Amino acid sequence: MATPVAAVEVNARTPPPLLPRRVVPGFGLTLGYTMVYLSLIVLIPLSAVFIRSLGLGWAHFWDVVTAPRVLASLRLSFGASLIAAAINVMFGLIVAWVLVRYTFPFKRLVDAMVDLPFALPTAVAGIALTALYAPNGWLGRSLTPLGIKVAFTPLGIVIALTFIGLPFVVRTLQPVLEDLDREVEQAAATLGASALQAFVLVILPALWPALLTGFGLAFARAVGEYGSVIFIAGNMPMKSEIAPLLIVTKLEQYDYSGATAIAVVMLVLSFALMLGINALQNWALSRHGVR
Amino acid sequence: MASAELPVRKVRGQPGRVLLIASALAFLGLFLLMPLLAVFTEALAKGIAAYLKAISDPMAWAAIKLTLLVAAIAVPFNLVFGVAAAWAIAKFEFRGKSTLITLIDLPFAVSPVIAGLIFILLFGSHGWFGGYLREHHIKVVFAVPGIVLATIFVTFPFIARELIPVMQAQGKDDEETALSLGATGWQTFWRVTLPNIKWGLLYGVLLCNARAMGEFGAVSVVSGHIRGLTNTMPLHVEILYNEYNYTAAFAVASLLALLALVTLAGKSFLEWRQPELRRAGSHARDRMVREKT
Repeated sequence: MATPVAAVEVNARTPPPLLPRRVVPGFGLTLGYTMVYLSLIVLIPLSAVFIRSLGLGWAHFWDVVTAPRVLASLRLSFGASLIAAAINVMFGLIVAWVLVRYTFPFKRLVDAMVDLPFALPTAVAGIALTALYAPNGWLGRSLTPLGIKVAFTPLGIVIALTFIGLPFVVRTLQPVLEDLDREVEQAAATLGASALQAFVLVILPALWPALLTGFGLAFARAVGEYGSVIFIAGNMPMKSEIAPLLIVTKLEQYDYSGATAIAVVMLVLSFALMLGINALQNWALSRHGVR
Repeated sequence: MASAELPVRKVRGQPGRVLLIASALAFLGLFLLMPLLAVFTEALAKGIAAYLKAISDPMAWAAIKLTLLVAAIAVPFNLVFGVAAAWAIAKFEFRGKSTLITLIDLPFAVSPVIAGLIFILLFGSHGWFGGYLREHHIKVVFAVPGIVLATIFVTFPFIARELIPVMQAQGKDDEETALSLGATGWQTFWRVTLPNIKWGLLYGVLLCNARAMGEFGAVSVVSGHIRGLTNTMPLHVEILYNEYNYTAAFAVASLLALLALVTLAGKSFLEWRQPELRRAGSHARDRMVREKT
C-alpha cells in the first residue's frame, strides 16, 4: 500500500543508536499477564457459548432460531436499533456541530451532559423514560390525546435505544470536526457556494468515516441493550419483546439451549455488522486519504 | 483566526446557527435533561420523609453495600489488567498488536445479557464446571462471585482503552532515561510512569466504576435476585419498580443518578486538567490513527 510513508515511519521509530534495543523491561510479564487475563475473563467464557451451541445439533439450532417468536424478537432488536442509530446520526451531527462551532450559554455544561447515557445506569434510564412516556407521564399525557403511544410499544424501545446511543455519534464526530480545516469551507464560500452546498460538498465527505463509526457503535450498543428497554417496552411476545429479553426468558425457564442459540445468532450478526462497518470505514478512509 | 473570517459567511450563517443550536438543545433537553429531572421528581414525589425512609430501608442498604463491594473488587482487577495491557501495547512493538486491541474491546460488542449467560454456561448447575463446584460446595452463579465475574467482564476494556493512548502519547523516553540512570524496572514504573499516567488512570477508573456500579443486564442474569443477598442497587430498583413501589424505586435510582452526575463532574474535571483525555477515549480516533499508520 503506501510504502513510502511506511518507510519513513519505521525510520522515525528506530531507537537512538546509543541505547540497546529493548531497554524498557517488563514485556514478557505485561504481555503474558494481558493474554492470560484476556483469555480467562473474555475469550474462554465467550467461546463457551459457541461450543455449547455446537452441541445442539444443526437441526435443533435451526428450529430454535427460526421459531416465529425468536425471529420477531431479532427483527425488533435489529430494526429498532437501526432506527435509533439513524436518529442518533442525524441529531448527533447537529449536536457535535453546535458544540464545536458555536458558543452559547452553558455550553460546557451541555457538553458534559452528553455523556450522561454512559454514566447513568441503564435501569435508571429505563424507569425514568417510562415515567416520562407512560400515559400519565409528563410527555405521555400530551402525546396520548394525539393518538401517539410511546410507552409499552416498539416506539418506546426506539426512544430508549436513542438515549443509550446518543453519546457515540457526538463523541466520534467532535474531534473530527475540530480538526476540520475551516479555510476549505471559506474557500467554498468565496467561490460562491451556499452554506448548504459547502456543507454537503465539502464538509460531509470528510465526516463520513466518523459518522459510520458513530453509527456502528450506537447500533452495536443498542442491539444488545437490555436494562433501559425492558421497562418501557411492555415486553409482549411477537410485538415488543427484544432478543436479549427472550434470552433471559429462556434462561428463567431453564431452556439453556434455546438461550444459547439466540445468543449465538446475536453475536454472529453483531460481529459481522461491526466487521462490515469497519471495512466500509476503511474504504471511506482510504478514498479520503488518496484525494 | 476570527479576523480572517469572511463577513459574508457570518451574515448568512446567523439564522441557521440559531436554528441549529435550538434543535440541538431541544434534542438534548428531551433525551437527557427530562429523564434526569424525572428521576429526582418521582423520588421526592411523596416528600422528603418518604424519600429518606426509602433509602434507609435495610434491603436498600444491603443493595448499596453489595454494589460497593462488587465495584471494589471488579475495578482493581481491571485496573491491574489495564496497566499491564497498556504497558505491553504502548512500550513495545510486536506482531498481532492491533488484533489484541480489538480483542480487548470485544466485551463492548457483547450484549450484557450474553455476558451473564456465558457465566451460567460455565458455572451454572448444568455448566462445564457445575458438577465440580457442587461437589466442593462452591456457589458462583446466583451468588456474589458470579456478580463480580459478570461485572469484570462488562467493564473489562474501560481502563485499558483509556490508558493505551495515554501511554502511547507519552512514549518511552522518560522510562529509558530513568533506566539508564540506574533505576530498576519497578522503580521506573512507580516513580516515572505512574506519575505520568495518573490522570489517565483516574479517568479510566472513574468510567469503569460508573459502569461497574450501574451494570444491570449481566448482573441480572447471574444474580438470582435474592433480596438482601445478591441484589445490587440497579436490581433493587427493578424489584421495587415491579412491586409498584415507585417512590422507593426512584429514591434508590436517584442515588445512582447522583453517582452518574458525580462521575460526569469528575470526568469534566480530569478533562480540564488534561485536555488530551477527551480525545484519548475516542474509539474512532484511535482506530483511525491505528489504521492510517
